[in-house]
Amino acid sequence: MIEINNVSKWYGQFQVLTDCSTQITKGDVVVVCGPSGSGKSTLIKCVNGLEAFQQGNIVVNGTSVGDPKTNLPKLRSRVGMVFQHFELFPHMSITENLVIGQTKVLGRSKEEAQERGLKLLDRVGLKSQADKFPGQLSGGQQQRVAIARALAMDPICMLFDEPTSALDPEMINEVLDVMVELANEGMTMMVVTHEMGFARKVADRVIFMDHGHIVEDATKEEFFGTPRSERAQQFLSKILSH
Amino acid sequence: MSFFAQFDLSVIGPSLPFIWTGLLFTVKLTVIAMTGGIILGTLLALARLSPITPLAMAATWYVNLMRSIPLLMVILWFFLIIPLLTGKPMGAENSAIITFTLFEAAYYSEIMRAGIQSVPRGQVWAGQAIGMTYAQTMGHIILPQAFRNMLPVLLTQTIILFQDTSLVYAIGAKDLLKAAEIAGKNYNRPVEMYVFVAFVYFVICFALSRLVKHLQSRIAIIR
Amino acid sequence: MNYHWNWGIFLEQVKAGEETYLDWLITGFGWTLAVALTAWVMALLCGGIIGTLRTAPQRGLAFFATCWVELFRNIPLLVQMFLWFFVVPELLPRELSLWIKQDMPAKEFVTAVLCLGLFTSARVAEQVRAGVQSLPNGQRMAGLAIGFTLPQTYRYVILPMAFRIIIPPLTSEFMNIFKNSSVAFAIGVLELTFQARQMQEDSEQGIETYLAVTVLYFICAFVANRGMAFIEKRSRVPGFIATSK
Repeated sequence: MIEINNVSKWYGQFQVLTDCSTQITKGDVVVVCGPSGSGKSTLIKCVNGLEAFQQGNIVVNGTSVGDPKTNLPKLRSRVGMVFQHFELFPHMSITENLVIGQTKVLGRSKEEAQERGLKLLDRVGLKSQADKFPGQLSGGQQQRVAIARALAMDPICMLFDEPTSALDPEMINEVLDVMVELANEGMTMMVVTHEMGFARKVADRVIFMDHGHIVEDATKEEFFGTPRSERAQQFLSKILSH
Repeated sequence: MSFFAQFDLSVIGPSLPFIWTGLLFTVKLTVIAMTGGIILGTLLALARLSPITPLAMAATWYVNLMRSIPLLMVILWFFLIIPLLTGKPMGAENSAIITFTLFEAAYYSEIMRAGIQSVPRGQVWAGQAIGMTYAQTMGHIILPQAFRNMLPVLLTQTIILFQDTSLVYAIGAKDLLKAAEIAGKNYNRPVEMYVFVAFVYFVICFALSRLVKHLQSRIAIIR
Repeated sequence: MNYHWNWGIFLEQVKAGEETYLDWLITGFGWTLAVALTAWVMALLCGGIIGTLRTAPQRGLAFFATCWVELFRNIPLLVQMFLWFFVVPELLPRELSLWIKQDMPAKEFVTAVLCLGLFTSARVAEQVRAGVQSLPNGQRMAGLAIGFTLPQTYRYVILPMAFRIIIPPLTSEFMNIFKNSSVAFAIGVLELTFQARQMQEDSEQGIETYLAVTVLYFICAFVANRGMAFIEKRSRVPGFIATSK
């Protein structure tokens, strides 16, 4: 489903990604973790071409992301993404947020899009908020809407970029619950997160990044059992100690 | 005080229809220059922010050039140069409309640029992530927010524009000020007319600036 | 484009007189500088006072300052020029009025400076107010706590910081005042725009004339900008984050 081959990226002189490679097969849930500044957010943004990379290639569902001939909007419409800061469109109601991509990008009729949007809103437990604006919702609610917005496009896989790190602790679980449910339904997911509980519960594999390198790429059992690298061990001990 | 004894407001009444036509031109000039200026200005702002370097440079040059010359000189420039380029004379009114639209575009573009940059980067990502093209992301996501955030500033600029239209005096276009001046000469009452026209400008601009304040507080609540 | 270029025009003599067109432009440049710089000093003084008063706890003073700002901000500069030139002398006692109309030296210049200075003072006042209000309230309290009176607190604590903060917007006001000084042509000040119009009519070499004048305005804007940048650099407070370019 997603193939990342020897990807490197620079910001000017500064190298943010070095020779990153991994594969995600259909139905897999892969958690990407690592200290801040390790390049994990950059890597996930490369997958749907929000960030450009200078070397290597990424193939999503048979389409090469870095190829200039690729129709990126079309590719992105099939890859759902959820952001750290939700990024709902603040000038539109919740329903409009769910509808706009379906009508403008997928060309669905307004009625069809609204029906689909409301169904998904119901699924994330927010049907009653349909006519509100993003600014009137809590962070956890906004993030659930953002997930619904991504799902409304009927994505073949989902990317999550630190979906819970901007949330208050008591709201983290309501978002994670939705994500666990998605994972159990067999959605292909790439998730950048520090929530190791989530990783333990649903991840098939865990990738650990540091200084732009993929240091560890292992099954969940291997990773939580005995991580090979010292950096990963340190990171885990820091994160799991509290 | 000799002044108040001589102050004769009765001349204002009969000259009102004449002054009204001047005010209409001032308003027309303001509205056209505002609409055209915001549209052109938005395009200029997009050009300045575009990754195509020559386009960005050209837009930057245009904006900086317009902003460093006095409006009066720009008015004189266009009045001189449009007939030279087209080969036929152009009336002061039409020349003023073209000049103000092109001149204000530079100022509006700076506002729109700030507005676009005030929208968080993540919004662009979010638009692109659901498969929108550049044009769709701009049109549906970024520009509506930029426009809404900048509405008070755009209106404040429009109040300045409304006042600046009085400078068409330099090329003899018949706006509110010019009409009042002519009326003042006809009745030999220039002093009253200048006071009256200042009063009209003040009332309109003050009312508009109150409106902007009100808008600002409402937008603050929405955010 | 059918235009007869003549770059030598600047050294030619004007139609009715001994001087060259270059002399006209130099005179114009001199008056532009004189009007703009004098008015700027006045705008800074008045604007500083009015802006401070707008933040004063005394309702009456603040109201007076607000009226000042609204009055000068909501009437076009050109109309204000005419008001000062044609209307204000009529409001004065007869003898004074007569003296102004007939004997006052450099009447146009004085009027233009007064008008432009007061017009700009309203805009400077708004910046000063914004600067004062952007400072944390603790600064004012700290000043009062060590025994300053309120005016002393303003003088030694609040205004020195406020003025540093507002240097960027003041820079653009300073650049504006050169541009706005062009409006003084309407009451007959022999500044650049006046000379440009006169030379254009007299020589019929409009493009060369306007190009030269535009370049001179450019120079004003550029020097004003660099000058303020220098002041900003010299007055920077260590450890205080101010954005500067």
